[in-house]
Amino acid sequence: MDNTFAIVEPKKFKSSQSLSLESGKILEGVSIAYETYGELNPKKDNAILLCHALSGDAHAAGYHHKDSTKPGWWDTMVGPGKAIDSSKYFIICSNVIGGCMGSSGPSSINPKDGQHYALNFPVVTIGDMVKAQKLLLDHLGVPRLLSVIGGSIGGMQTLEWSIRYPDFVFSAVPLASAQRHSALAIAFNEVARQAIMADPNWRKGNYYNNEKPGLGLAVARMIGHITYLSDDSLRNKFGRRLQDKKDFSFNFDADFQVESYLRYQGSKFVDRFDANSFLYITKAADYFDLKTQHCAEGQPLSSFAKAKAKFLVVSFTSDWLYPTYQSRALVKAMKKNNLDVSFCEIKAQCGHDAFLLPNPQLSSLISGFLDRMKKEFQLGHAF
Amino acid sequence: MRFDLEIIASWIEPGSRVLDLGCGEGDLLVYLKEKKQVTGTGIELSEEKVVTCIDKGLSVLQGDINKEVEDYADHSFDFVILSQTLQQVYEPATLIKELLRIGNKVVVSFPNFSHWRCRLQLLFYGMAPKTKQLPYQWYNTPNIRVMTLGDFRRFAQKKGFHILKEVAINTQNKDKQGKIIHFFPNLRATYGIMLIGNRNNEKNIN
Repeated sequence: MDNTFAIVEPKKFKSSQSLSLESGKILEGVSIAYETYGELNPKKDNAILLCHALSGDAHAAGYHHKDSTKPGWWDTMVGPGKAIDSSKYFIICSNVIGGCMGSSGPSSINPKDGQHYALNFPVVTIGDMVKAQKLLLDHLGVPRLLSVIGGSIGGMQTLEWSIRYPDFVFSAVPLASAQRHSALAIAFNEVARQAIMADPNWRKGNYYNNEKPGLGLAVARMIGHITYLSDDSLRNKFGRRLQDKKDFSFNFDADFQVESYLRYQGSKFVDRFDANSFLYITKAADYFDLKTQHCAEGQPLSSFAKAKAKFLVVSFTSDWLYPTYQSRALVKAMKKNNLDVSFCEIKAQCGHDAFLLPNPQLSSLISGFLDRMKKEFQLGHAF
Repeated sequence: MRFDLEIIASWIEPGSRVLDLGCGEGDLLVYLKEKKQVTGTGIELSEEKVVTCIDKGLSVLQGDINKEVEDYADHSFDFVILSQTLQQVYEPATLIKELLRIGNKVVVSFPNFSHWRCRLQLLFYGMAPKTKQLPYQWYNTPNIRVMTLGDFRRFAQKKGFHILKEVAINTQNKDKQGKIIHFFPNLRATYGIMLIGNRNNEKNIN
């Protein structure tokens, strides 16, 4: 395949500033892996930040090599002529801190002792991730964001952005997201973390010079993967069909296609993801709570009191990890604070994953919303 | 645009804040944004129509109008528009009270059930009337609250809100064209359009 037209270059920014974290700790020498698509215009009013979810990275669109067959994680949405159009907008995507795709995280080298941080890496929050992204945008000379867009944990970042930096964010698009994790979401994350920590190779996080806790991480991914799908999508995709066999094997091999699929997803994930990062990012998502972090006392709907952005909130019918009622709660809080908000619940069978999959409705919503934002930003409406 | 929407649009003051309930594909909001520079918001139940609206550059929420209006602070809008929907509302008095809380003025349009065609069908055929404006059978109609222009006036008096303006219209060609009815409106109009306000808004009548 010739991908020359869509080659993107992975970039890295090393901040000279230290980052003071919500936990009270300080992170020195923050590194942020990022990519950009399109050009910042002379007025610098066309910048869009993309925030990735748990297992994503800075590589949102295009290809790294001309022979590469795997495009970025949101290539269906981002690129020239696509809904988030790189011929109109300057699009930035960076890896979250705590991650393992080039930004500072537990697998990075601690400058103090030359060893991998492992669990010495400070616990980070969604707010800390956003502060790190702000360092990057300042470095890139972006004075204000036309929009910040993200799904799931990326959606939490967009919400955090709108409240932490209200004058910096003209609009925000949280997809399949929530102002806080439900007990159900925390429960699944905890089971996944336990799977990692129960792997004898995990060694309290100090596995970087030994074998990785691959089995634990694979099980964690399998659990996560189930929560991203839905009853309907699993039934349609696999039903009770058997994998390459006509009858049960009467042992504990993968008999069902769904078993084989999950094992494959689990093992594929181990090759590209760090188990400690999984712990850090899921914990950050579980801690995230706009209500406790940004509400005035006794005013449960004041979380968006500081926000000024215009919002597009989207949920998906079959998403049971971040169900529609959570998006509606967001919309309600935004309305109570007199914010301009649009909301749509898209019919989709594929569960939480729906925000990542090609969907003409989602594309129309985002491109239409961004067109309006561009016009209103240029007219200088909101500020 | 539908003829009733043209009349409604002519009542909206330039630059005002407008909420359109059941905004459909957003024709009225687009018109008001372009011609009257309003800040508009729509509420619509259908996903497809919401996508169409947002794609057109409107700010629209998908949801049930009865629930969605509850979240707005008092006087969030200058005008709240409820066009051709009141006849489908389960608790019209509660809804209108809520609309007069969040909006300074409310525009309501509805099909007139005392139009002569309705009367003739009931009188001569003994059938529940079925017209272009109310095209359903009694067993599948979403229009559960059929009313007449006179009914609405009595309703306003009983519930304590004011009709600030009233226009009766007769429409043709799928409601795209029409004319204002001055004589015997209760008999000849297919739709009634009312601008209503709270009693204490009396001074605002233009």
